[in-house]
Amino acid sequence: MSILVNAETRVLTQGITGATGQFHTRTCKEYGTRMVAGVTPGKGGTDFEGIPVFDSVEQAVRETGANASVIYVPPPFAADAMMESSDAGVPLVICITEGVPVQDMMRVKRYLADRATVLVGPNCPGVITPGECKIGIMPGHIHKRGRIGVISRSGTLTYEAVDQLTRLGMGQSTCVGIGGDPIRGLNFVDVLALFNEDDETEAVVLIGEIGGSAEQDAAEWIRAHMKKPVVGFIVGQTAPPGKRMGHAGAIISGGKGTAAEKVEALRAAGVSMAPTPADIGRTMKERLG
Amino acid sequence: MNIHEYQAKQWLGRFGVPVPQGRVAATAGEARAAAREIGFPCVVKAQIHAGGRGKAGGVKLVHDEDEAAAFAEGLLGRSLVTHQTGPEGRIVRRVWVEEASRIARELYCSIVLDASAGGPAIIACREGGMEIEEVARETPDAIIIEVVDPLVGVQPFQVRRVAGRLGLTGKEVSAFGALVRSLYDAFLKSDCMQLEINPLARLEDGRLLVLDAKMNFDGNALFRHADVVELRDITEEDPKEVKASDLGISYVALDGNIGCMVNGAGLAMGTMDIIQQYGGMPANFLDVGGGASKEMVGQAFRLLLSDDKVRGVLVNIFGGIMRCDVIAAGVIDAAREIGVSVPLVVRLQGTNVEQGRELLSKSDLSIIPADTIADAAQKIVEAVRAAEGRA
Repeated sequence: MSILVNAETRVLTQGITGATGQFHTRTCKEYGTRMVAGVTPGKGGTDFEGIPVFDSVEQAVRETGANASVIYVPPPFAADAMMESSDAGVPLVICITEGVPVQDMMRVKRYLADRATVLVGPNCPGVITPGECKIGIMPGHIHKRGRIGVISRSGTLTYEAVDQLTRLGMGQSTCVGIGGDPIRGLNFVDVLALFNEDDETEAVVLIGEIGGSAEQDAAEWIRAHMKKPVVGFIVGQTAPPGKRMGHAGAIISGGKGTAAEKVEALRAAGVSMAPTPADIGRTMKERLG
Repeated sequence: MNIHEYQAKQWLGRFGVPVPQGRVAATAGEARAAAREIGFPCVVKAQIHAGGRGKAGGVKLVHDEDEAAAFAEGLLGRSLVTHQTGPEGRIVRRVWVEEASRIARELYCSIVLDASAGGPAIIACREGGMEIEEVARETPDAIIIEVVDPLVGVQPFQVRRVAGRLGLTGKEVSAFGALVRSLYDAFLKSDCMQLEINPLARLEDGRLLVLDAKMNFDGNALFRHADVVELRDITEEDPKEVKASDLGISYVALDGNIGCMVNGAGLAMGTMDIIQQYGGMPANFLDVGGGASKEMVGQAFRLLLSDDKVRGVLVNIFGGIMRCDVIAAGVIDAAREIGVSVPLVVRLQGTNVEQGRELLSKSDLSIIPADTIADAAQKIVEAVRAAEGRA
């Protein structure tokens, strides 16, 4: 098994008629993902390269049995898209859109709290189970099927880590980009819990950033529950306080959220910390012996 | 996005938040007229995007027109250095003249977006006028935190609880309730990330009054707040950061001399980190975006070279969606057009990496190719050091 997505996952794209939605729907389909539907309000009844397009998620789910949704709609409409999918009973919603207002996310998160939908993102690269299902914008070809789970707040830095793992012969079970925004769906802790119970996952790479306290929460959880080895890296060790480093969530404010305190917390929880972003693969190799 | 104190007070006033009467002035003459209108004594306050203005000599209680004009004259057009500005300070372009108040007590009250709680949090403290981070460090128990459920908003019992812990009684409690409701309304309707009232004064006559206000708006929500965008003061921002935001590039100026161009925020921070591991100092954080185009690469290149501190450039691109050969072509075009006179290290990885590297090696430019992120950092640090040795 893998986590979240596998060869059986049936994916619908929200925002399938936009340039980004089209490009990535095509790329994911080429990778082998079962792209079964698209949704763009007002474009129902048309199709995109053979994939039927519907006016609403509810319709798309009813007609195609889609059980995962990926969102590329522009930021002003992203919150609505996430809630629409949840309302239609889609169990997994992955929001790629970057630039969603944080107060929108605060309402979405609260809306999802007592529903069964699992949200990944926003502002994330997506989720991939190599060889089975790729949902999102990550380059499929750098991945390789294997036994390392990867969780990260960043996009390209995750590719960097995956590339190192693949080159050292360590494939991945599933890679989950949880996104760079301050309020998001799945957090490190949630994904760690999934990997902990996944038979196929032997060890986990966790890539965190400055800002917030999700990595400290992860450290706490690892100390109490994690049965598998974890290798970590925290980016932004040299970032100045008070400056937002690209991601809305990557800011050190009021002396909180520094890389040093996160590294310390994870190390104390038994996580092997990679000293630089170039050492993530090597650190895992050493940890597994 | 940050705004000035006077803008925040005017903004909050529209939501019914009790703010002092005041006028903004850009010249000593305007300050004189404003003071005359407000009456004496009144307070003249320097307007810059930084705290600590009082201690730095940017705020004064004045008793007549001449004093108001003279104080404004001394501030306007000059740099004010506070503990938040850095040694170069910030140029004062406006002063705010407001009525003086008879203060009985100073409190602290803010609303922030608490990401871990997933909603807004009201933060309050009996110690007003101090830096809240300092209070939190020294006496964490003095900080009152009340998390609000975004679906139902602030409830009266929550306000009573905060008011009680602040030591407010009788009519003060209902005044505080009204104030918090107005602040919360402003916070939601303006898409704030942070709204800080410090100090919040209880006057001798029992009224509450906002003596200083700081507002920070969510940059991602500005598309629905044209009126907030109008409050932006670009003279308070680094010109290169302003240029970058116009181009849709994420850029932060830093103190070092190695210019960096990277795709993706995480990898960009990682590149900064590894440069320092090898003993160098990055001149900037620059994220051209996860799917950077050839044009963006060219624009980003110009931008980072416009920083005259830059003694070397490191390009680190992990081409996922973007192909490495396209990125390489963009770098070559830009470098040729601009005429790069400093060492340039390029590390490409990902899709079509071989074609990309071949383009770089065949070009007539002296580009130093690198294989891994560590290799790239080491090469640029060495190249900059060698170039400085020759100089």
